[in-house]
Amino acid sequence: MTTHTGTATHVTHDHPAAEKSFIQKYVFSIDHKVIGKQFLFSSLFFFVFGGLLAMLIRTQLAWPWQEIPGVGQFVYGNSGNILAPEAYPALVTMHGTIMIFFFIIPILSGAFGNFLIPLMIGAKDMAFPRLNLLSYWFMVPAFFIMLAGFFVEGGTAAAGWTSYVPLSALPDMVPGSGAGQTLWIVSLTLVGTSSLMGAINYITTVVMLRAKGMHMFRLPMTIWALFITAILVLMATPVLTSALILLFLDRTVGTHFFLPSGGGQVILWQHLFWFYSHPAVYIMILPAMGMASDIISCFARKPLFGYKPMVFSIMAIAGLGFIVWGHHMFQSGMNPVLGTVFMTSTMMIALPSAIKTFNWLATLWGGQLRLTAPMLNALAFVSTFVIGGLSGVFAAATPVDIFIHDTYWIVGHIHYVLFGGSLFGVFAAVQYWFPKMFGRMMSDRWGKVHFVLTFVAFNLVFFPMFILGAYGMPRRIADYTSYNFLAPLQSLNQFMTLSAYVLALSQLVLFGNFFYSLFRGQKAADNPWQANSLEWATSSPPPEHNFHAEPVVYHGPYEYSSPEVAEDWLPQNHALDGAGLKKTPTPAAATGAAAD
Amino acid sequence: MGGLIQNASTFGPAIDLMFMVVLVMTSVAFVLVEGLLIYFLIRYRARPGQRAVYVHGSRRLELAWTVGTAFALLSLALYQRPTWAEVKQTLPDESTALVIGLSADQFDWDATYPGADGRLDTADDLVAPPNLLYVPVDRPVIVRLQSKDVLHSFFVPQFRLKQDAVPGITIRVWFQATETGEFEIACAELCGLGHYRMRGLVIVESSEAFEARLAELRPK
Repeated sequence: MTTHTGTATHVTHDHPAAEKSFIQKYVFSIDHKVIGKQFLFSSLFFFVFGGLLAMLIRTQLAWPWQEIPGVGQFVYGNSGNILAPEAYPALVTMHGTIMIFFFIIPILSGAFGNFLIPLMIGAKDMAFPRLNLLSYWFMVPAFFIMLAGFFVEGGTAAAGWTSYVPLSALPDMVPGSGAGQTLWIVSLTLVGTSSLMGAINYITTVVMLRAKGMHMFRLPMTIWALFITAILVLMATPVLTSALILLFLDRTVGTHFFLPSGGGQVILWQHLFWFYSHPAVYIMILPAMGMASDIISCFARKPLFGYKPMVFSIMAIAGLGFIVWGHHMFQSGMNPVLGTVFMTSTMMIALPSAIKTFNWLATLWGGQLRLTAPMLNALAFVSTFVIGGLSGVFAAATPVDIFIHDTYWIVGHIHYVLFGGSLFGVFAAVQYWFPKMFGRMMSDRWGKVHFVLTFVAFNLVFFPMFILGAYGMPRRIADYTSYNFLAPLQSLNQFMTLSAYVLALSQLVLFGNFFYSLFRGQKAADNPWQANSLEWATSSPPPEHNFHAEPVVYHGPYEYSSPEVAEDWLPQNHALDGAGLKKTPTPAAATGAAAD
Repeated sequence: MGGLIQNASTFGPAIDLMFMVVLVMTSVAFVLVEGLLIYFLIRYRARPGQRAVYVHGSRRLELAWTVGTAFALLSLALYQRPTWAEVKQTLPDESTALVIGLSADQFDWDATYPGADGRLDTADDLVAPPNLLYVPVDRPVIVRLQSKDVLHSFFVPQFRLKQDAVPGITIRVWFQATETGEFEIACAELCGLGHYRMRGLVIVESSEAFEARLAELRPK
């Protein structure tokens, strides 16, 4: 099925279909926009849940083994109202697992990928709408199975989100390695299957269903990023799934893939796990990078600087992302020669990220910056991602990693790239595309309040982690206070915990804004941001098949402030003359011939 | 780290220096990037009647910042090679170093010393009390690191030393302490509910005091 039908305009008739039931419209829908919103709402739920787990972790680190007034009884009732030692590893395990697999990946790829891809490429829906429905409905049992871990004997998995063996392979090694670990494995296998279905759909859709004139190098960065992310998902996820199956077999039927007692290799798990999980971190950042590019360009009223270098950088990050996994394993006991190999590839992967950062800066230079809430969040993405990336250079330097591996330096690094990077990217994207999704505007003023509170509190929580790491504070330690070299760090930990409470409470502003605006927000125009990409060329929200007439594309999405156009924007489906709207050229307009 | 906590081993200074080098380089990048970001935010705020610069890119700029960054990263990669090799890819001469066995399990550290026969893993090995590792100052020590159950990690912050203990493998780690004193061991790989309390001590003493310790451990 192709959309290149030859004529400049191709009118599709919206047949008044048989009235769909509530279940068909909102529950088992094959409409990518509905499925995208399903992913959005379940992701937001798990964001809150994962965040609450983080608050419990931070509370223990500030006041070890103290009863939390009110909350303690509810959460720790089975262990005398205080945290039990075996529960701390379970908390960190579930916080990481939920944030990664049930929040960040589903909201970026599942929610925004689904909602935006057909719209931004000018298609009616995904290539495989029923497969799309399945991809969401595989997540639903995964949710329940993962949450069931809280109710089984021994509790949830407690071997870290990284599930290193033998701790995760031998049920006796920690209570969570009983039924909880099995449930964890099954749940993630379903999540992986869901991801694979989505990846197949996204890749096929981008390749096959672009509107007439939408050449690959006229795609917005959001689509390039989601497309390349889908390729990463497709190639990496099966390795995790295989590793999970091998672990499941070791745990249940007596195989010894990972267990030395039967000839297995402990470190093998780490190779298989990180072979997926390193690309996974790029799965978690690339969509945010793409969306940030589009949002920054729009609100700077300037073309994205270096579009092709930006596209090739994303490809480089994805490609190199497959050959750096061993940098998680420098101290693992693998051959130190591999340390040098992976150090080299890891240093190389810093390069395309740096190139992207310089291009974002150059996009701002000479712009007419509109500092809306989405723009502020996109800029926060850039500034905190830079800190996250720079802190990674320390870990890439293998001798330094000897000290900072498995310390809070790494926890700081990952949260700067994941919260600072991905999450500010999500905040930007939610507020930018909310009008398109729901037909109403969010409050920009409250968006700015949320931004300031979150940005300040975020840095107060996570920047001190580099100090903790430099002092050698290890990760996943329930109580560091009996170590002489760590006891002085308690007051800093307490400060961080109080900041974390502020950070958590600040999210109420976003949620309040989101849900209030859902029902009472100002009605949104088709194109409230005066942006160029195709999703803004249809109504807010779009009709069932997205466009009343199939769009035709004449140029890329970054024609802002063109001297040949009176307005400072030019939609992709508007030509400068001929078909589409004719714009009046501006005399003696902006300087700078494009040097590309 | 970089001087934040005491260093008491021979390869510590090289690691701390590496940290400082990376700190200087990343700080320069940080100030440059964040500084430009803040400056642009102020300088290029939208003003009525003005128009943004219509430019799509610059081949010259792309080349400049790509080559510059690549050069910095390559220098860093080359610079850190020798230190990594010294710590992880070489061992002191086993005939002159003190060879100690260290076995990690849930949740303590068990050190063994060669007995009268001078070899480890023989019947006359000396066993130290749990969570204590005695070593002489200014002498190379090779630790044969093992685990009895799950992954642990032998981390001595003040020696800038870390090595995962892997079930099924014996891994040789070396260090040479430069000061006497007591230096804490922390487990640096999640190993179960007692991970947080897997604390040990490396007790570094003069050669004479160390020999006296070993004598105490010998059966009477």
